[in-house]
Amino acid sequence: MSAQTWTYLLVGVTFFIYIVIAILSRAGSTKEFYVAGGGINPIANGMATAADWMSAASFLSMAGLIAFMGYSGGQYLMGWTGGYVLLALLLAPYLRKFGKFTVPDFIGERYYSKNARLVALICALFVSFTYVVGQMKGVGVAFARFLNVPFDTGVLIGIGIVFFYAVLGGMKGITYTQVAQFCVLLFAFTVPAIFISLQMTGNPIPQVGFGSKGTDGVYLLEKLNQISVDLGFDAYTSINKGNLVNMFFITAALMFGTAGLPHVIVRFFTVPRVKDARISAGWALLFIAIVYTTAPAVAVFARTNLINTLSETPYSDVPEWFTNWENTGLLTFEDKNNDGKIQYVAEANLNELTVDRDIIVLANPEIANLPPWVIGLVVAGGLAAALSTAAGLLLVISTSISHDLLKNYLRPNISEKGELYAARVAIAVAVVAAGLAGMNPPGFVAQVVALAFGLAASSFFPAIILGIFDKRMNREGAISGMIIGIVFTTSYILYFKPQLGGSGLPEDFWWGISPEGIGTLGMFINFIVAISVSRFTASPPKEVQELTERIRTPRGSETPDATLH
Amino acid sequence: MSKSSTTYWNTNLKYLGVLLLIWFSVSFGCGILFAETLNKFQIGGFPLGFWFAHQGAIYSFVLLIFVYVYLMNKLDKKFDVDEI
Repeated sequence: MSAQTWTYLLVGVTFFIYIVIAILSRAGSTKEFYVAGGGINPIANGMATAADWMSAASFLSMAGLIAFMGYSGGQYLMGWTGGYVLLALLLAPYLRKFGKFTVPDFIGERYYSKNARLVALICALFVSFTYVVGQMKGVGVAFARFLNVPFDTGVLIGIGIVFFYAVLGGMKGITYTQVAQFCVLLFAFTVPAIFISLQMTGNPIPQVGFGSKGTDGVYLLEKLNQISVDLGFDAYTSINKGNLVNMFFITAALMFGTAGLPHVIVRFFTVPRVKDARISAGWALLFIAIVYTTAPAVAVFARTNLINTLSETPYSDVPEWFTNWENTGLLTFEDKNNDGKIQYVAEANLNELTVDRDIIVLANPEIANLPPWVIGLVVAGGLAAALSTAAGLLLVISTSISHDLLKNYLRPNISEKGELYAARVAIAVAVVAAGLAGMNPPGFVAQVVALAFGLAASSFFPAIILGIFDKRMNREGAISGMIIGIVFTTSYILYFKPQLGGSGLPEDFWWGISPEGIGTLGMFINFIVAISVSRFTASPPKEVQELTERIRTPRGSETPDATLH
Repeated sequence: MSKSSTTYWNTNLKYLGVLLLIWFSVSFGCGILFAETLNKFQIGGFPLGFWFAHQGAIYSFVLLIFVYVYLMNKLDKKFDVDEI
C-alpha cells in the first residue's frame, strides 16, 4: 500500500474512534460538561492533560525548531515541561480543594470582586482564542499536504470532528477522546524515532541513541558538531553565550506561563481528590516527558540525515521526498553557482537550500526511508495533537462564556438546564469562529501563540499564587498587579515585534530580552505591585481569609465548600 | 490557625523550598547558567551542560513531582488532614 492509502486508513480509523468515544460519553449536567463530573481517574487525567498540552506546535514544529537551534532549543524543552513542577507543587492541589470550575471562579471568589472575575475572564478568552486558531491552521496544513484536499476543506473536516464531540460531551467527551488521542500521538511520535535510532546507532531508545556512537564508531553528536562547523554553522551542542540571559527569560516565561494557562489548570478540577490532583500532574509530566525527551533525539537524527543526504548532492539525484516538498514551497533550492549540486552552508549568499523548520517531523520518516505506514501514522498523530489541544481550549472559551459571564455576571438566576444549553451553544459558536479564523488567520496569530505564555505568566500566575500563599493579599493588590503586569508585557511585545507593527529594534531590547521572554519580567512586576498595593489597602474580609486557610489542607475536598455561594 | 495546622503548613513550605531549589538548579543552573562549564564533562556522547538542557532537567522534573506527592501523602496522614 502507498503512503497515501495508509494515511487515509489511519486518519479514518482514529477519527472513527474519537466519534465512538464521544457518543459513549455524553454530558448530562453542567458539572459533567465543565469538569467531567470531577470523577476522572488521575492516570487518565494525566494522559488527557498531556494530549491537551501537546499541540500541533509540540508535535510538528518543536523537533524541527531544535534541529536548527541546537543547544539553545533547550529553552523549549525545559520551558514547556518545568511548568508542571510549579503546577503540581504550587497550584493544582489548592485549586482542586477550592473545587469550582474555572480560573476566573477562583480569582472572582478569592478576591471577592466581580471586576477581578471579569479581568480574569477577558485574559482567559484572549489567551485561549489566539491559541486555538493556531491549532485549526495546523489541522488544515496536515490535511493539505497528506490527504490532497484543499486547506479550507481540511479545516472544515477538523471543525466537524471537534464540533461533534465537544458540543455533545463537553469536558467528559473531551477527556476520554484526549486519552485516545494521547495514545495515538505518543505512538506516532516514538515509533519513527525508535526506527531511526536503530538505523543510525543500533540503540532502540532514542534518548540514549543520540548520545551513542554511530555505525562508524564516532559519537553521533561529535559527528554532527564536526559537519556543522565544516559548513560554517555553530557546533550543535555549543553554548551561545551572548544569548544566555534571553534564554533564561524565555525558559522562565514558558514555565510560569504553562502554570498560568487556563486550559491546563482546569484539567486539575476534573479529578476526585486533592491528592489525585497532585499525582495527576506527575503522570501528565511523565507522559509529556516521553515525547519531550524524544524530540531532541529526533532533531539530531533529522539534522544529521538531512545534511548527509543533501549536502553536495547533484540536484538530478535528489530523492522523491525532496521533490514532493519542493512542490509545497516549504523546501527550496536555488543553484547560485550553477554547479548542479546542492550547497547547504551557513553563509547566506552561498547557501542554496532553504528548509522550513515545520517540515522536519513530517519529512523525517521519508528522509530515513521508513515504511509508508509510518508516514500515515505521523499524520494521524499530528492531527490528534492539534484536535486535542483545540478541544481543550474551546471548552475553556465556552465555560468562560456560559459559566463566568452568563451565570456569574449577567444572569445569576439561570437554571442548570439553561446553563448547560448555553454552554453547548457557546462551544458550537466558538468552534465555528475558531475554524473561520483558522482559514484566514489574521497575521498576528502565529506571533501571538508563542506570546500567550508571557501573557499568562504576567497576569494569572501571580494572582493565583498570592491568592494561595499570601493571606494578606487583597482585591486591590491582585487587580492592580494583573493589569499592570499584562499591560507592561503587551506594550513591550507590541513595541518590539515588527510583525505586530512595532518599531523597536532588537539592539534596544532591555538587557537583551526578546518579546518571547518579557513575560518573566512582567510577572515580577505583577508580584511587586500586588504585594505593595495590598499592604497599603484594607485586609481581605474574614471569610476570604478563612477560605485561604481552608484550601491549604486536603480534607473535605469531596464536598465543595458551600459557604461562599 | 491552630498549632498543628501551622506546623503542617510550615512543613509543606519547607518541602516546597527544597524541591523548588532543585527545580531551579537542574534547569536554570545546570542547563543554562553553568552549562558552559559542565560542557567540559561528558556522559557517553553528551556534553553534560547540553544533556541537562535537552534531557536531564526533564527527568528531574518528573522525579520532583513524584517525590513531592510521596512526601505530602505522608504529611497529610501524619497531621490527619488526608482524604478518604
